[in-house]
Amino acid sequence: MIEFTLWDIVRNLLLALRWTAALSAIAFIGGGLVGALLLTLRLGLGRRTQRVIGAYVQLFQGTPLLMQLFLAYFGLALLGLDVSAWAAAALALTLYTSAYLVEIWRGCVDAVPRGQWEAAKSLALSFGEQLRHVILPQAGRLAIAPTVGFLVQVIKGTALASVIGFVELTKAGGMIANASFKPFLVFGCVALLYFALCFPISLFAQHLEGKSHVR
Amino acid sequence: MIQFDFLAVLAEWPLLLKGLAWTLGLTLVATPLGLLIATAAAWSRACGPTWLRRLLGVYVELLRNTPFIVQLFFIFFGLPALGVKMAPEAASLIAMTLNLGAYGCEILRAGIQATPRGQWEAAQSLALSPVQVFTRVVLPPALQRVWPAMTSQIIIVMLGSAVCGQISTEELSYAANLIQSRNFRAFEAFIVATLAYLALAITARKLLMWAGPRFIFGRRSA
Repeated sequence: MIEFTLWDIVRNLLLALRWTAALSAIAFIGGGLVGALLLTLRLGLGRRTQRVIGAYVQLFQGTPLLMQLFLAYFGLALLGLDVSAWAAAALALTLYTSAYLVEIWRGCVDAVPRGQWEAAKSLALSFGEQLRHVILPQAGRLAIAPTVGFLVQVIKGTALASVIGFVELTKAGGMIANASFKPFLVFGCVALLYFALCFPISLFAQHLEGKSHVR
Repeated sequence: MIQFDFLAVLAEWPLLLKGLAWTLGLTLVATPLGLLIATAAAWSRACGPTWLRRLLGVYVELLRNTPFIVQLFFIFFGLPALGVKMAPEAASLIAMTLNLGAYGCEILRAGIQATPRGQWEAAQSLALSPVQVFTRVVLPPALQRVWPAMTSQIIIVMLGSAVCGQISTEELSYAANLIQSRNFRAFEAFIVATLAYLALAITARKLLMWAGPRFIFGRRSA
């Protein structure tokens, strides 16, 4: 039998942490892009688009992320695609992130006074120009703190990808715990690693929030 | 051509119903317990001794910055190594309660901080005891202020309980998994379970927003 030292455990967990970070980055960037696209559609098109996007948001916020992951995993397979856990997790987390981000950002855009839109329009700016030069610079400032705060939720969400067999920090923890018979130590270390990753981001988000309140 | 067979899933309705009952039951027990912890913790963070405030700060930040599934695994797989063994249902309940307690504490704290200092002082000058000041004067408007956020958090915990199936708590997602292992209708089984979660979430939000002002923090002019 192989004896696991603390260093063996921590080293393997650190190696797995890469995949948690990679999946978080993909989900956050992909979700940001999809979210930005949805936000633009929502602002630019009519009431019907708003309702469709509202339903999209409700669908992702009103169902467990775990179910979304399962549906992505089995749904893609149903389409005849040979999906890896990677692809399914990336897809589900991207859509999940986009639904939350579009809702957060919509709130920030709504916080920009109506008069700003009207003033921009009266200067004969096109819709794209209104967004780019007038609305987004103001809404963007408000959006930074909650967006950074949401990154923590994305990172924690990637832990669920372990359930469909993606080997990231949580899955690696489970495997090492089974092999080493030290579940208390291993899951303790897993939790601390997540904490080490998330807590600085939480603090940074709080710091940003404090700054925007003073302004 | 993809053929869907939802009837094969719905034919297993007793399993689905049992799963639904477990999900609801866990949420119904974890919610009041979690809110109790949240209230006690928020109160202690507002006017407890410094060491207790620090300790609660550590509790809140630890729970808020680690995934629920890791907390669950730590309780269910990790704690038995120290001799604390428990059933999966108990572990699920503890994890959900502690989780809601931590998030709820932070939400409630924001509501308490928004209470003007003068209200504490006015209540004290009326010779109310510290407990009375908190439960009668500070807590109700604080709860009212943060109730929408608290409702969202309760729903997040309910949806999060889907993870508890991973330690073989027989809740809704576990039922879906069991059904798909019997008839291989994985996509349909998870669609049905997902829709059930969605219905639960929408109903719970309506119910909580209705019940809050009536039973929890009392009706008052905002």
